[in-house]
Amino acid sequence: MSTNNTFNTLNRRAFLRNSSLAGGGLLIGFNLFQACKPKVIAEPAIDLASLDYNDFNAFIKIADNGAVTIFSPNPEVGQGVKTSMPMIIAEELDVAWDNVYVEQGILDTNNYTRQVAGGSQSIRFGWDALRQTGAAAKQMLVSAAAARWGVDPSECTVSEGVITNAAGETLGYGDVVKDAAQLEVPENVPLKKTSEYKIMGKDTPNVDIDKIITGKSLYGMDYKTEGMVYASVLRPPAFGQKLVSYDDSAARAMPGVVDIFTIGEKLRGLAEAVPRITGIISDSDKIVVLANSTWEAMKAKKAIKAEWEQATKAESTEEHDKILTTLLDGNKFETLRSDGNVKKALAEADQVLERTYESPFLPHSCMEPMNFFANVTEEKVHLVGPIQTPEGTAGFVAQLLGREADDIHLEMTRIGGGFGRRLYGNFAIEAAEIADKAKKPVKLVFSREEDMEDGIYRMSIKYRIKAGVKDGKVTAYHLKEAAVNSNMYGLVPNFFPAGAIENYQVDTAKYDSNITTGAWRAPYTNFLAYAEQSFFDELAELMEVDKIQLRLDLLDNVNPEEDERIQYSPERMKEVIKVAVDKSGWGKKPEHVHQGFVNYYCHNTHVAEVADVKIENGEPVLKKITCVVDCGIVVNPLGAKNLVEGGVLDGVGHSMFGELAFKDGKPTANNFDRYQLLRIKDAPIVETHFIDNGLSPTGLGEPTLPPAGGAVANAFKSATGNRLYKQPFTKTPELLKVPEKEIIG
Amino acid sequence: MPTYQINVNGASKTVDVAEDTPVLWVLRDHLDLVGTKYGCGIGQCGACTIHVDGTAMRSCSLTLAQIDGKSITTIEGLSEDGTHPVQEAWKEVDVPQCGYCQAGQIMTASAFLAKNPNPSEEDIENAMNGNICRCATYTRIRKAVQIAAENMD
Repeated sequence: MSTNNTFNTLNRRAFLRNSSLAGGGLLIGFNLFQACKPKVIAEPAIDLASLDYNDFNAFIKIADNGAVTIFSPNPEVGQGVKTSMPMIIAEELDVAWDNVYVEQGILDTNNYTRQVAGGSQSIRFGWDALRQTGAAAKQMLVSAAAARWGVDPSECTVSEGVITNAAGETLGYGDVVKDAAQLEVPENVPLKKTSEYKIMGKDTPNVDIDKIITGKSLYGMDYKTEGMVYASVLRPPAFGQKLVSYDDSAARAMPGVVDIFTIGEKLRGLAEAVPRITGIISDSDKIVVLANSTWEAMKAKKAIKAEWEQATKAESTEEHDKILTTLLDGNKFETLRSDGNVKKALAEADQVLERTYESPFLPHSCMEPMNFFANVTEEKVHLVGPIQTPEGTAGFVAQLLGREADDIHLEMTRIGGGFGRRLYGNFAIEAAEIADKAKKPVKLVFSREEDMEDGIYRMSIKYRIKAGVKDGKVTAYHLKEAAVNSNMYGLVPNFFPAGAIENYQVDTAKYDSNITTGAWRAPYTNFLAYAEQSFFDELAELMEVDKIQLRLDLLDNVNPEEDERIQYSPERMKEVIKVAVDKSGWGKKPEHVHQGFVNYYCHNTHVAEVADVKIENGEPVLKKITCVVDCGIVVNPLGAKNLVEGGVLDGVGHSMFGELAFKDGKPTANNFDRYQLLRIKDAPIVETHFIDNGLSPTGLGEPTLPPAGGAVANAFKSATGNRLYKQPFTKTPELLKVPEKEIIG
Repeated sequence: MPTYQINVNGASKTVDVAEDTPVLWVLRDHLDLVGTKYGCGIGQCGACTIHVDGTAMRSCSLTLAQIDGKSITTIEGLSEDGTHPVQEAWKEVDVPQCGYCQAGQIMTASAFLAKNPNPSEEDIENAMNGNICRCATYTRIRKAVQIAAENMD
C-alpha cells in the first residue's frame, strides 16, 4: 500500500530527527516529551510514570532500569488503540508489557502520521510502521550493547529488555539507551514471526482502566487550567436561521457571568477560504456567554432574548421523505459503477424483485458532549480536547486565526465517544474564535440539547434495489441511493455483490439540505448492509433457494484479480460464512428460535452475523447475535472482543430505536428522554469468534456494526413473517409481532 | 452568593455557589471531583450517579438543599485505592470502551449491590437500565456486576 510507505518514510524521519543529536546524549533539540506532557493526566496508575526516562524516539523513552514509556499517537475514542498500538511497538522492541507505561502522544506532524481516529484504519495503517519503530529501536539498543562489549550484534540475544552476549554478560536497555539513541536508524529491520509474539495476541486490559474506574481527570470535559472561563453558546434554534438581534441585559446581571459577545465573523472568513466548512457549521452569528462555571454559563444563556430570522428554508422529515422518493422515481442519477446492461437483463428476466428501504437521520450521541479548550496568545494557540482529526482541525484553526501551523499546539484527551462526530472539529474552531476574542483561556461546553440540536447527523437515506432472475440465476442487480446532502463514495459501490452479478449498476442522487450531515460510524454501509442483506433474503425466498447457498453461489462468480476495485475476498467471505453457520447452530435451532443471517465486507474486514430471535410468551425477543470476524491478526483479543460487541450492539440499537425527525428545521428530540438509545435490558448477548489466519490486521471499529441491523431484520422476518423495510424497526411495532394464528398453532 | 457545607467522601467542604447549582456542577467545577460526569442534565443517562446516604442518585438533578445534612460519595470516594469489589470486577472484565459513562455505572452497581447482594440476572438488568452506555458495554456490565456480587459476600 502506498499509504503505508508514506507512513514509513515519515516514521524514519522521526527517528532521524531525534537521533541525529549534537553530542551530550539526552538533550534533544526538539524535546517532544518534556515540553508537552498533557497536564490533564493525573498521577499515573503505576510507578512507571515517575521514572527518569531517556528519550529515544517520538514513540519510545526508556528509563535506566529498563522501564519503557510508549507514546500512543492516535486519538483514543474507545476503540482501544491507546492499548493496542503501543502493544505492537512493545512486541518488536522486546520488552515486558508490565514494564511499559503508555501516554497519549500530542499532535506532532513531524514525528507521527495519520493521527486520525476514523475509517477503522489506525491498526491497519500503523501495522508496518509501528513494528518497524519497535524493531529498529531494538536493533539500535543491541548495537549499542555490542559496541560496548566489542562484539558483533549478531552474537547478542534479547529477552524482555535485557541484552545478553555470548559470554553470558547482560546489559539492560536502560544501560545503553543513551548510546543507542545516537546511532543511525536502521531500515527494513527483520520483524518477528507471528509465532514469536509474546504481547500481541494476549488479552491485555485497557491501559487507562485504573483511571477510569477511580474517576481521574481524563476527558476534555475534565480539563481545567488556571484562569480558565467556561463558554456556553446560544445557537440558531433551527437550521437555516440567522441571528437578527439580541438582548443580554438580564444575562449580564447574573452571577458568575464574565462576558457576552457574538462569534461568527472569523468563521465566515474561514468558510470563504475553505468552502466545505459550510457543510458543518452554520454561518449565523452565535451568542457566547463566558462565566466562571459551566452551570453559570448555561444558566445565563437561557436568560438571553434573541431574535432569529429564517434565512433559508425550514425543512422537515415529511418533506425529505417525499423528496427522496421523487429522486428514486426520477432519472437524475450519477452512476458509480455499471457492469453489463442492467436494463436489458431486467427486461429479459423471468422474475424481478424491487424493494425500497428507508432510514432516518441519526445523532451521534457521544456520552461526552462536544467540548474543547482553547487559549490564544501571541506565542501560541493552545488547544486541548477530544478530537478524532487533530491535524485537520489544527489546520483549520491556523487558517481561522491567520496563524502559522507551528503556532498551533494541540493535545488530545481521552475521548468520551466519537462515532464520526468528532471527525468534525467545528467545536474546536468555535472554541478558538471564542478564546481569541476573550483573550483568556476558555473551555467551550455543549449542553446535551446543543449537542443533539446542532449535530452533524447521519443523513436520511433511501435505497431501492431491483434484481432480475433468469434460469435460476441472479442476472441483474440495480442499486439506487437517494440521500440528503451526500452520497456513498470510495469503494462502497464495489462491495459485495459487485463482481458477483453480470449486470450490475449503482446509481446515486442527492438533495442539498441546510441540515448539517456527515460521517456516522461506518458511513453509508451502516444502513446499506441492512438493505442489501434483507434484499438477498427476500430474493432467495422468491427464487426458492437456500438463503446462505444463494450468497455462496454469488461469491463463486467473483474474481478480484480481474477487477482492482473489488477488494473483498470471496474466499475470506466464504470462510466467515462457514464458521458463522457452524458457531450459530444455523438451521439446528428449536422451532421457537428464529435466525437471521448476514455476511458483509467493509473497512477491509469480512464479517458474518447471525441473530437469534426467540418467541417468549408469544412475543419475539432478540436474544443473541453470533459474530464471526476476519480482521486478520488480532493484536489485543480482549480489546477486539469488546470492540466487536460494541459495534454489533450499536448496529442493533440504532436499527431498533434510532430516529431523529425534523420539523420546522428543528430536530423533534434534543435529549435522551425523547431520543432512545439502546439500554441494557434490550441488549442481546453477543458471541464473538475471530478467524485465525495470520494475515495483516484490518479494520475493527466499524465493520461489525453494518451487518447487525440486517441480521436482526432477517431474524424478525423469520419469526413474524413480516419484512422490515424501514428503520428504526420499533417505529412499526405491529410488524414485530407474531401473527395470532401462529401463537395458537 | 450563599455558602454551603457539604459532606463529600468523608470530608466537610465549603462551597460558595448559587442555590440552584446542581450538585453535579458543584462537584465538577467547584470541588474538582471530575469523575462524576455530565451526560444529559435531565437524569436520563446516569453518567452523573453518586451516592446520597448510600442511595444512587442523579447529581445533575439534585440541589444543594436536597443533600443538606447528608453524606455524598462520588467515584473518587468509593474506595481509597480503586479496590471496591465493583471496581475490581470492572477491571477484571475490562468493561470500559470510551469509559465516560463508567463512573456512573459503577456508582449505580455499587449502591444496588449494597442493598441486594444476591441479585438475579433480571435484578441486575432492572438496576442498570437507567445507565446508558453509548459504546454498548452492556454484555460486560452484566458480567462484572455478577462477579462483584459474588465477591462482596
